[in-house]
Amino acid sequence: MIAERYINAVVLLGLLVVPSYALMVDEPFTITLATRAVVLALAAVGLNIALGTGGLVSLGHAVFFGLGGYAMGILAFHAQTYAPLSLGIFEIGGTKSMPIIWLVAIVVSALAALAIGLLSLRTSGVYFIMITLAFGQMFYYFAISWSAYGGEDGLSIYLRNDFPGLNTLQPMPFFGLCLALLCLALILHWRLLLSPFGLALNAARQAPQRVETVGLNPMRLRLVAFVISGAVTGLAGALFADLNRFVSPTMFSWQLSGELIVLIIIGGVGRLFGPVLGAILFVVLEHWLGAVTDFWHVWLGVILLLIVLFARGGLLGLLTGKEGPHV
Amino acid sequence: MSLLVVRGLMASYGTTPALFGVDLSLNEGEVVALMGRNGMGKSTTVKAICRMIGSTGTLTMDQHDLHQLPSHKVARLGIGLVPEGRRCFRDLTVTENLMASTRRGPWDIARVANLFPRLAERKGQVAASLSGGEQQMLAIGRALVTNPRLLILDEATEGLAPIVRQEIWSAISQIRDETGMAILLIDKTLRELAKVADRAVILARGQTVWSGDMADLTPDITHAHVGVHQDQNG
Repeated sequence: MIAERYINAVVLLGLLVVPSYALMVDEPFTITLATRAVVLALAAVGLNIALGTGGLVSLGHAVFFGLGGYAMGILAFHAQTYAPLSLGIFEIGGTKSMPIIWLVAIVVSALAALAIGLLSLRTSGVYFIMITLAFGQMFYYFAISWSAYGGEDGLSIYLRNDFPGLNTLQPMPFFGLCLALLCLALILHWRLLLSPFGLALNAARQAPQRVETVGLNPMRLRLVAFVISGAVTGLAGALFADLNRFVSPTMFSWQLSGELIVLIIIGGVGRLFGPVLGAILFVVLEHWLGAVTDFWHVWLGVILLLIVLFARGGLLGLLTGKEGPHV
Repeated sequence: MSLLVVRGLMASYGTTPALFGVDLSLNEGEVVALMGRNGMGKSTTVKAICRMIGSTGTLTMDQHDLHQLPSHKVARLGIGLVPEGRRCFRDLTVTENLMASTRRGPWDIARVANLFPRLAERKGQVAASLSGGEQQMLAIGRALVTNPRLLILDEATEGLAPIVRQEIWSAISQIRDETGMAILLIDKTLRELAKVADRAVILARGQTVWSGDMADLTPDITHAHVGVHQDQNG
């Protein structure tokens, strides 16, 4: 069996080599596909912090993905229409600057995760799943009815936002930005896993009452994890919107929350690179199988079924011969 | 001034009453043995002190009413529990188990490694793969690194090989002698308890039936309330 770190290195190398090759042979669409995989991976890395490490099966992570998307959409919309954004007594202008948009996406998603977490983390198991799903649907229907920002039709942004010193209109620099952010999120998750906080969170997933006897509050551990998780997924949402130059209520849909969970399960729950491998496979299947049949989700379902039945550690578990943490 | 005061403690599991009035107190630096036959409420008393089950009556630590606090805050007040059946974090390594629990104070991971050299040799191993004795040492170490003022050991030597029991008992003596930490001990080996404990409290049918100095514990009393366990000298 292969050590996990070698697989991780190969995955990362693949993410560098494939788009570079596509650039050489002038296949910009492949770079766009790779960007899509990287952004979905980033969203799933966020969810993996809550789901894999914290054991929180959130079926509402699309909330943060959508909030990140709308943070980008709304700021860029006001910048391109030159209409200031009115916040009660304040008026601020929109912006096309990616760093500012990312910051807003992260802060808004983190605050939403704090509020949702405070309410939903009082429950566990199927009730937690249902409450997070309910929050997701609330945001979804709110976005549909929010006519100021396109309602059901969503919002189109004419030009991709700017990053100082880079031409983000080209696919490759934008891909590079997304990959860099994915690497930062992976480093964050890795450091978290090794920190006392991450270890306590891990322990709280395994045995909440035992964690209390050493003076740790499982609710607080989970809340912090949920906030970090939401913030990372929110950042991915902003990038996803920038990739498509479009935001719509489907970014809030429960199908998207479900897809993020599927990505993680396919790659390997609670493993650092599980979401990355899952997202790559998902995008490859979506593209190749999607070209052959409209019903490619059926094949994705078959793969998911096989993995759940025979490879509980996901693809990474299969390749390394080690089951992942029990969630 | 008593560190821990338990007076008239009542508790039940659902509708089944388990404690009918437990009295015990523990001073700073004192080692108290909590004794009694199986099913007489020793572990239930510990669970009530640690707020893992609901209870009524007086329950204070350092004059703080524990009934007002959730379990994790009781631990933060300085009560370190080594629960019955060890209960380590199974998927974490020895070091990780300790790291997750550490709070500032004289007890750190290095000091635990000193106390249990056997554990230090296994520091990279996951808890689930340790032997029963090693898991017990880890459970004690995990409680120590929270730097408690009161350490509660619930059946810390139960089901272990005699040689491992000896290691645990000598560690308990070492903790008492070196740190002056207050210790509440639940155990069935009278001979060992007599060596380390200052006082004893005996429970029967969910109530305190005897309490006093260890020296005053006569064979008659132990025979009446602790029964056959006095012969188990591990």
